Amino acid sequence: MSLERKIRSFLTGPRKGETFELKSGLVSQYKHERKDAIQRVIQAMTVGKDVSSLFPDVLKNIATYDLEQKKLVYLYLMNYAKTHPELCILAVNTFVQDTEDPNPLVRALAIRTMGCIRVNKMVDYMEIPLQRTLQDENPYVRKTAALCVAKLFDLNPEMCVEFGFLDQLKGLIKDSNPMVVANSLNALYEIRDMNSDANLEIFTADTETVKNLLMCLNECTEWGRITILTTLNEYHTDDAEEANHIIERVTPQLQHVNPSVVLSSIRAIIHHIDAIPVTAQRAAILKKLSAPLVSLVSSSIPEAQYVGLKNIRIILEKYPQILSKELRVFFIKYSDPLYLKLEKLEIMVRLANDSNSALLLGELKEYAMEFEPSLVAKAIKSIGSVAIKLSGSTVKAINLLNSLIDHRGGDLVINESIVVLTNILRRYPGKNDLITLIIPVISNHISELERSDAMSGYIWLLGEYPKYFSNLHDKLQVLIDDFLSFESVLQLNILTAIVKINLSASGSKYSSLLQKVLESSTKDCENADVRDKAYIYWRLLSSSSTESQKEIILTKLPPITTTIASFNPVVLESLVEELSTLSSVYHKPAFTFIDPNAAHSHVAQGNKSRSSSKKDNIEDLTNLAKQEIINNAKNENLLDFDDDDDALTGDNGAAEGSGSLLDELNDLFSAPVPVSQGQQTQPSSNNDILSLFGAIPQNAPTPVSNVTQGLNNFNIGSNAAPSNTSKLNNDLLDLM
Amino acid sequence: MASQIHFLDIKGKPLLSRDYKGDIPTNTIEKFPLLLLELENAADDGDFKPFVHSQGINYIFINHNNLYLCALTRKNENIMAIIVFLSKLIEVLTQYFKSLEEESIRDNFVIIYELLDEMMDYGVPQTTDTKILKEYITQDYYKLVRSTPSHLVQPPNAVTNAVSWRKDGIFYKKNEAFLDVVESINMLINASGQVLNSEILGEVKIKSHLSGMPDLRLGLNDKGIFSSSSDLEAGEQTANAKGIEMEDIKFHQCVRLSKFENERIITFIPPDGEFTLMSYRLSSAQYLMKPLLLVNCKFKVHKHSRIEILCSIRAQIKKKSTANNVEVIIPIPEDADTPKFVPEYGTVKWIPEKSCVIWKLKTFPGGKQFHMRAELGLPAVTDPEDILSKKPIKVNFSIPYFTTSGIQVRYLRINEPKLQYQSYPWVRYITQSGDDYTVRTK
Repeated sequence: MSLERKIRSFLTGPRKGETFELKSGLVSQYKHERKDAIQRVIQAMTVGKDVSSLFPDVLKNIATYDLEQKKLVYLYLMNYAKTHPELCILAVNTFVQDTEDPNPLVRALAIRTMGCIRVNKMVDYMEIPLQRTLQDENPYVRKTAALCVAKLFDLNPEMCVEFGFLDQLKGLIKDSNPMVVANSLNALYEIRDMNSDANLEIFTADTETVKNLLMCLNECTEWGRITILTTLNEYHTDDAEEANHIIERVTPQLQHVNPSVVLSSIRAIIHHIDAIPVTAQRAAILKKLSAPLVSLVSSSIPEAQYVGLKNIRIILEKYPQILSKELRVFFIKYSDPLYLKLEKLEIMVRLANDSNSALLLGELKEYAMEFEPSLVAKAIKSIGSVAIKLSGSTVKAINLLNSLIDHRGGDLVINESIVVLTNILRRYPGKNDLITLIIPVISNHISELERSDAMSGYIWLLGEYPKYFSNLHDKLQVLIDDFLSFESVLQLNILTAIVKINLSASGSKYSSLLQKVLESSTKDCENADVRDKAYIYWRLLSSSSTESQKEIILTKLPPITTTIASFNPVVLESLVEELSTLSSVYHKPAFTFIDPNAAHSHVAQGNKSRSSSKKDNIEDLTNLAKQEIINNAKNENLLDFDDDDDALTGDNGAAEGSGSLLDELNDLFSAPVPVSQGQQTQPSSNNDILSLFGAIPQNAPTPVSNVTQGLNNFNIGSNAAPSNTSKLNNDLLDLM
Repeated sequence: MASQIHFLDIKGKPLLSRDYKGDIPTNTIEKFPLLLLELENAADDGDFKPFVHSQGINYIFINHNNLYLCALTRKNENIMAIIVFLSKLIEVLTQYFKSLEEESIRDNFVIIYELLDEMMDYGVPQTTDTKILKEYITQDYYKLVRSTPSHLVQPPNAVTNAVSWRKDGIFYKKNEAFLDVVESINMLINASGQVLNSEILGEVKIKSHLSGMPDLRLGLNDKGIFSSSSDLEAGEQTANAKGIEMEDIKFHQCVRLSKFENERIITFIPPDGEFTLMSYRLSSAQYLMKPLLLVNCKFKVHKHSRIEILCSIRAQIKKKSTANNVEVIIPIPEDADTPKFVPEYGTVKWIPEKSCVIWKLKTFPGGKQFHMRAELGLPAVTDPEDILSKKPIKVNFSIPYFTTSGIQVRYLRINEPKLQYQSYPWVRYITQSGDDYTVRTK
């Protein structure tokens, strides 16, 4: 009995409840009731209820003259076509009829919706209506049909090519209506991204097309302009005259009210500027870009401002002079969201020069008095960056930091300031006046140092400038008493500092301390790195002559040059090409985060006719894996802006690193692993033993990194390298 | 460009969605609340950003009235264009429904779907001009359907025309054009009255009641402004240019940009009704303005008992001019109470929920100076942290018949080739405070 009942109930559907009500509404004999029911169905769909069971009943209402009702039914169809692919065919007739309707709105609606019904069976019926609408006399219909070609390609590329739609689409680029031109371009781009057939040529801009597009540019809507400007960015010419012509045509767009048109224009101009041979002319063009760039920051949409700032940072790196007079524009407004404030600081330190430094430092001081901790921290860091960038402002900056510590105080300000002060001394090593300014401040606040980067800065200073500290012995005693309670980074630093002090100080005032520290690090310390380092020192101190000990241990670090992060030149080039896109805000080249196969794998799914052999798959996978690993390594290397030391070494380290990385990866994938050559290219001229801590390329994957040189069994560096501003990292600098 | 567009509530729950491409699974957006939460937790570190990348999908979103508008894409798309499109979408919907919030989305889902359909197709932005959209997507469908058979609702030619912002056949009995030159002043003044940063954001707004397809030509006192900026173009800015430099002039899409670029003439066919013809910016890169309204405010905090505020304001404008609706918004500690005010002129109000005091002066003749004293009680027990926040004092005002930059409209020529009617341009000038006319307190 139950089976029969189940079948019956399945056939008739529920008799009660919302679905039943809707169902009866949909088949009502009254027009307004039917329409009302459709509206309620769409409402249910909007809030996420599954109303796909009503498909046949909704479909019955498709033949109507009521445009609104038609739109609603179409909307429903688009959403649920996949659930009832076979029933969609019933709608085809209406669609085809509608594409012949006298009203262009209906014609366009029909062809637009038809493309959005992603059901394979639909494809067979699309040929005639699409053919017809592509040649429609009304541009509104043509522009809709142009996009429909891309939708068709998504469903069935072979058919799209076979029936000549692709060629027709290419023809539409020369259409008389600018909107149609823009949409055809967009459709071609979509197709190009989806295309997986290497032999199929989709679209490359040639001189003729570009000429045509430039004519269109002024007549397009804002969105059309963006499309054309994007095309111009892809077109490459070496002909100075042509480039000049393009720039001349694009320049008026810098005055458009839409910030994305402005940014796309800037991108197109920068793309073509290199083709212009005369330096003065290039400078004049660049000068024109500064006001539009600034206007990106005065947009009323904070999100757009942020994207603007991110792009300005890239452009500034390529053309540092472009905004030199515009510092004030980037001053923080109280009402700015935090992410905007922080990004503005990034731009401000990059614009710092001798003429505006006083103004800038005054402003930075204000920010350091604000509430948000991250803003305060960044403002203090920025003060340091300015001091390091401009030697003329150093004393002023130090005084500023001193007064901040006095007036505001608090853990955050003190810790952050001391890191910065240490960095300033690393920029100007051995300068007596600076040292006497800085060290007393730090000594006054030792008890408040909580963060390990501030602490290690302090310890490094102890080792570097022991003479300037009063009560040195007591200070060291305190450190050694708590030696075992510190993090390993600090332990390493203390070890080095004490060895240094011991060597540089005459007599044996500190030898008991040294003895104690060496003992506790070799006997009681759990960390292998600390232990190993202590052994090295011990051996070194007991075997070689004092001269060579001094030469090795007391080697001065080369001064740092900047704490402002910069891009690797290769990355910068690709970012400049990708201005205004997502990569410009992530500050990563597109291939590092966009899966190039995403678009076609989707096509492959939709179209089962295409099968890929297993071998291909495996190859793809290996490639993908390689890509992934490289990307990870690169990202960390280049884009870790917070790590000052990375930025310093990034420039040469990364280029080398990624090159050797590739070799290593290939080795990884081919079975036996020979020792890679890449690492031995590191300069070995340095007779400093410490250099072996750095023999590992930064952040390289560990499996291949620890087999280089003989002494390297200790592998001391690998653990400490990633941690911030440690003494070891400083030593790493020796290498570079 | 965008694969999907979603309207979400403040927690990230989807309210209405439209899938344009189908290359991203429809349930992807369900991850958004989690991502949002992560971002907000990281917000203290300044890691909050209006975009996030997760598992190959990029979420780009903007915030409006407790709503999120979020676009999803897999590709390296033009993020600026997406963000501007989303804000345009907000603008259009706001003009349709007066205000855009959760409620209005629920109530108007039908028309939102229609608009989404018309504004973007297969992820490519199409028409985003409200005036044109209103031509063929209307809220009063019932009315429309009854009076006209459906096939008479046509897409206006304007949608695809080169002049995509004006329809044919507009007619007015009296042809008039009203021009408003509005300059908003943003200024950052430090506690000692020194100007740190100032900029003028100017706008020329037009309300056009003109028939047919008129061609307009606007003349400004271009000697002072446009010649100096064209000097700049040539890269040979002369020393005698008086330092006024209109920067990044932006025009409404109706202005012929190439004509302006080459001949420095502003010509256009205006849309019907109100629009902003152009905007410009004068920044302080070269010079610093003196503050139009100088506010001097002294705080005296007697810990655990009360806070005294002594505020003076001075209008440093011409004697003939008057500033209207002046408001000085002074921040006070959140826990202050029992206010006492002694204004020399105007009224003072205490707004506890915003923890501020507002001093209002209806009219303020140029050259005058007024004082105000206020006293508020403080609780006996206080946080050892700073009592006064760093919140700046904000000043609002408007000064009619006056532009700070000295820009003037010389003429507005209106020419309609077919109808040849008589028309009347009207011009008004006004200077007002921008969003950011602030005086720092410490």
